[in-house]
Amino acid sequence: MSRIEVLKTYKIYIGGAFPRTESGRFYQPKQKGKVIGNICLSSRKDVRNAVVAARKAQGPWANRTAYNRSQVLYRIAEILEGRKAQFVEELMTQGSTKVKAVTEVDLSIDRMIYFAGWCDKYNQIFSSVNPVSGSFFNFSSMEPTGVVGIIANQDSGLLGLVSAIAPIIAGGNSCIAIAAENLPLCAVTFAEVLATSDVPGGVVNILTGDKKELLPHFGTHKDINAVLYCDGDQKEITQLRTDAVDNLKRIVVKSEGDFESNAWENPYLIQSFQETKTTWHPIEHIAAAGSGY
Amino acid sequence: MAKKKDIAIDYSSDWNFAPAPESTAHIKLKKKYDLFIDGKFVKPKSGKYFETINPATEEKLADVAEANKADVDAAVKAARKAYDNEWSKLSGKERGKYIYRIARLIQEKAREFAVIESLDGGKPIRESRDIDIPLAAAHFFYYAGWADKLEYAFPNRKPQSLGVAGQITPWNFPMLMAAWKIAPALAAGNTVVLKPAETTPLTALKLAEIIQEAGLPDGVVNIVTGYGETGSHIVNHKDVDKIAFTGSTGVGKIIMKAIAGTNKKSTMELGGKAANIIFEDAPIDQAVEGIINGIFFNQGHVCCAGSRLYIQESVYDIVMRKLKDRMQALVVGDPMDKNTDIGAINSKKQLKVIEDYIKIGKKEGATVYQPKCAMPKKGYWVPPTLFTDVAQSNRISQEEIFGPVLAIQTFRTVSEVLAKANNTPFGLSAGVWTDKGSKIFNMTTKLNAGIVWANTFNKFDPASPFGGYKESGHGREGGLHGLEPYLKFDA
Repeated sequence: MSRIEVLKTYKIYIGGAFPRTESGRFYQPKQKGKVIGNICLSSRKDVRNAVVAARKAQGPWANRTAYNRSQVLYRIAEILEGRKAQFVEELMTQGSTKVKAVTEVDLSIDRMIYFAGWCDKYNQIFSSVNPVSGSFFNFSSMEPTGVVGIIANQDSGLLGLVSAIAPIIAGGNSCIAIAAENLPLCAVTFAEVLATSDVPGGVVNILTGDKKELLPHFGTHKDINAVLYCDGDQKEITQLRTDAVDNLKRIVVKSEGDFESNAWENPYLIQSFQETKTTWHPIEHIAAAGSGY
Repeated sequence: MAKKKDIAIDYSSDWNFAPAPESTAHIKLKKKYDLFIDGKFVKPKSGKYFETINPATEEKLADVAEANKADVDAAVKAARKAYDNEWSKLSGKERGKYIYRIARLIQEKAREFAVIESLDGGKPIRESRDIDIPLAAAHFFYYAGWADKLEYAFPNRKPQSLGVAGQITPWNFPMLMAAWKIAPALAAGNTVVLKPAETTPLTALKLAEIIQEAGLPDGVVNIVTGYGETGSHIVNHKDVDKIAFTGSTGVGKIIMKAIAGTNKKSTMELGGKAANIIFEDAPIDQAVEGIINGIFFNQGHVCCAGSRLYIQESVYDIVMRKLKDRMQALVVGDPMDKNTDIGAINSKKQLKVIEDYIKIGKKEGATVYQPKCAMPKKGYWVPPTLFTDVAQSNRISQEEIFGPVLAIQTFRTVSEVLAKANNTPFGLSAGVWTDKGSKIFNMTTKLNAGIVWANTFNKFDPASPFGGYKESGHGREGGLHGLEPYLKFDA
């Protein structure tokens, strides 16, 4: 007796919940002529809802201790490891070979661990105590830029997405990612991993849909502080930078598609979404204490 | 206007200072300044000159060349040639020695620079003498030492220079901003085309003379004078690798649009509307000094000026009384007088902007206060001004005025003042006054601003990174962090 397979509904991920797109629209990416799923074709309104969720989540996320953020990222890796088989299967449905799919999932898990380790370290690497000429204690440290939009790489459905999200949330930002348009399955499944990994709702939001349609809404949104653009379309980059001027959001372009290289495994990706804050405070000089900074 | 009894001492009648003017006898100004391109002063291809005047007297100081597109092109070509043939081939150590020379020459001529800065820009000689010029020299001295140590600043990243840096500076700290721009650019191995502001070009041109005297290879630093249009030729020049701009958020946005389709790196130091927050447990007398220094330093022509004052309700009355007393003691007038606290407004244009905002503030229903003070008949002047009964939505509390105008509000709780302080598109600086350490760090970590002064205000240092969050710009100037915008990396 053959069993009827239960098919999965792929939804988007906003504020820790899995709604369908408010637009009710869908699209059907194909692999070798076969439809791989009915995928939400997210709208401008979905982007805006996700920004509201991301803004709400960002402050509390940044206020977690670095140690706690580190453990949450590690937890993502743990849950990812446990669902390895599902990701391999989905990557194969999206056209990958078994060997490549296994490698991609392994690297994704390891990448998450790599950035989990940075959470409570990057600030020590990039901060400084500044020897000013005067009786002041002066130091510079990193603070998250805020809400970050991610235009994920279009050719790497899982590793590309994980490599973009990990450094951004490790640094205390929240984000809204558009998944690879034609490789959306494991992006949605990754959202399910996030939802069960102690990541507070709204810290990561994942939308599926048409990159071209959604990109301008990332560029022009006044409450997005930065956008990471992981593709190489010069026209889109110029448009994004032009749109971004209105609230001077930071635009970071990373076109390198080699996710196995250390171009994607370094703390500078975290630093790209950090602001430097410098604090001054007088040092009292009453009596000769004899020590100081 | 305050009633006489609100004020403890009426300095305007009870207490007069004898004049203490700084001599201008020893300074050497040319009648006419040409463009500094490829190591020489050359006549502008435009054939045009404009006047730079003393805003305290409205008298002409000199004629200054106006660079057009061809002039800027010549400057960029000279910078490129110098980069390719000389500067990029020089060791960091030798680069550093040239920059040290510049620092020393500025120190040697500090008095002349200070006098010219005050003549051309209107700022009190006390400030140009004690702050602008010493800090400019210190910036060159600080960055000179980095030139051969870049590998230690960015370990494992192979830092490399960018090429030609186009730099546009404002009129509020003409010499200091030129130093902020040129020193890190040269230390990182770039060559420079700099355009100073049209109302204050003289100290940058004197700096060009120092650069000649220091023997820098021709074309490493080029200084082209002119208006915004000259700046736009730098921004749009294809062979410029980096734009560093200090100025208004409005112009910063125009520049960012112009370079959106290019790979030019940028540093933007833009506007601000800093919150200066006084808690009830603050050392009140020091806080009042901080308020005064925060908003009236350099006539309020400071992007990081503490232009929004938040006073905790319980100490509002005493802070206001002391603040008004202190304002009455401020000396407004001749920038060359060593007693002067508030000098001339930089230009007629800026005077109009400030006067318009004072009108707007009154129209919005805020209450204005200005102390009694005698001001010179000629020149551009605004008395120290504060507004009470200000609403968060008022334009005088949202927009950058860039003058000696303070908007005052009150608050009761920490969360209220944080919400108010952060409710702005700007994020350059902020100030907090309290005697409680844990409260300071609660505030400094939650204020969205690039520089936070706790129990002090408007302090600057070459070792201290400066720059904003949000619409106050991006990139840092000063400190180790100030090198990065002038470098590229392998990783």
